[in-house]
Amino acid sequence: MSRLATTAGALGLLLGCMGPAAPEALISTISSAHVQITSTYTGAELVVFGVIERDGRVGAQTEPYDVVVTARGPAANAVVREKVRFGPIWMNLDQRKFVDVPVTLAVLSNRPVGEITETHLRRRYRLGLEMQVGPGGTDVAWDAAFLDALLRLKRESGLYVEKPAAVTFLTPSIFQATVPVPALAPVGAYKVEVALLSGGLELARTETGFAVGKVGFEAAVARYARLHGWFYGLITVAMALVFGYTASIIFRRD
Amino acid sequence: MQIYLPIAELPVSIFLILGLGAAVGFISGMFGVGGGFLMTPLLIFIGIPPAVVVATGTAQIAASSLTGSLAYWRRRALDVKLGSVLLAGGLVGTVAGVAFFNSMRRVGQLDLVITLSYIALLGSIGSLMFVESAKALISERRGAAAPSRRAGQHPWYAFLPFRMRFHRSRLYVSVLPLLVLAFTIGFIGSVLGIGGGFLMVPALLYLFRVPTAVVIGTSLFQILFTMMAAVILHAVTNQSVDIILGIILVVGGVFGAQFGARAGKNIRGQQFRLLLALIILAVGVRFGSEIALRPDEPFSLGPQEIRP
Repeated sequence: MSRLATTAGALGLLLGCMGPAAPEALISTISSAHVQITSTYTGAELVVFGVIERDGRVGAQTEPYDVVVTARGPAANAVVREKVRFGPIWMNLDQRKFVDVPVTLAVLSNRPVGEITETHLRRRYRLGLEMQVGPGGTDVAWDAAFLDALLRLKRESGLYVEKPAAVTFLTPSIFQATVPVPALAPVGAYKVEVALLSGGLELARTETGFAVGKVGFEAAVARYARLHGWFYGLITVAMALVFGYTASIIFRRD
Repeated sequence: MQIYLPIAELPVSIFLILGLGAAVGFISGMFGVGGGFLMTPLLIFIGIPPAVVVATGTAQIAASSLTGSLAYWRRRALDVKLGSVLLAGGLVGTVAGVAFFNSMRRVGQLDLVITLSYIALLGSIGSLMFVESAKALISERRGAAAPSRRAGQHPWYAFLPFRMRFHRSRLYVSVLPLLVLAFTIGFIGSVLGIGGGFLMVPALLYLFRVPTAVVIGTSLFQILFTMMAAVILHAVTNQSVDIILGIILVVGGVFGAQFGARAGKNIRGQQFRLLLALIILAVGVRFGSEIALRPDEPFSLGPQEIRP
């Protein structure tokens, strides 16, 4: 209910601040700037709203619009290891490191990204899961197996999602997309890029974002563990001993 | 019901963890082992990061070993003097183990170290115990008297310097091999997130011929204190102790252990050893199959550490 209210508010704000701009202007906003991790957190969903604003010039755009929303989590180095037969056992002997890979990634579009534009343009615009990893535009074919594995493993664990029908147009110029925040999403800043395309060419792009953070008890525990390791350790030990002792009292039979 | 673990940074089912804690607690109460050698692989298997599992498991072992120690203390089946000597070696081993754990984690080989160590340990200990207890059971069936301990029959390492008398254990041995044993187990324990009871119990039984009656209590006593030290060391040096996960495991574990301890009273010595050997072997085979069989998915993702 509260999300509906915020989205309605956001939409109203959007419509209100539309003004004259380039041939095609794109305005987008997100239903919430914060995802709070509490003790019952199991993932979340945010809604991105966008408005395409056209100037009145004749023949501006005849092809239908396409929208691709890319939500990137905090970046980290990812190591992909491959098990290789070593004597009688299989061991992680081969590995590739991918620098600054988003930990989570969601690519949402109104139709499959492959249909929206051609491969070389997708690489340039960085549209689609496989275009997000590795330095944009460079050839990573020499370890394609590792890149495939990275994307496959990330997909299987739900950290990377590609939804080719998640962007829906409410009217020809207003669209919305639901951005999933997985349960395993790390805390940090998330960037949401909205790209507007037509006829395979990019017309406009906007960026918004949100933050995932721990609040309340969870935040306090994590902070305590980091700042006061000794004290935290002692509390944990005390907790363990109290439970152990209580159990021996409760169950004492002799 | 899902609950979010603040240090592991993922939600887990509270009932799944409680159930795991109870099941492992049952086995732990039954055999007087910490149960860490079962708990650690199970928690890693359900997706909790190995570093968090190992560091947090130590808290659970501390709780269940306190309950166990108190029970054996009341039955006077605990040799405090022997336990204290073992503790001295165990504490030094724990400090060294946590340091090794942290350095392996830095170079990214922690998972391999954990898997290989489990296979080596569980495989060798399990087979030894299985063969020994099976032989004993067979000879018992045939009516032959079980070989009992004879006075004056001691292995060479009992005669090293610094000999000490342990009345309750009917033992007169050098403390050096005891310290080496305890150091080794403390080291392994803090690296693998296990109490080491499944190593300590057979070692005291077979290497030092400590009477079965006091072995378990003494082992639990030593585990209690080394694990308390391990919790604090892990909390200070790698901040991987998850207190929420710890509480759930402890609650499940202490209840399971009580029922396990009752069940354990009805098992005779030889059967007891055979059963324990089978459990240890089963976990070892599980680990072994993981690296011996062609993996369905040869690729795996290393831990992604986000730079602040």
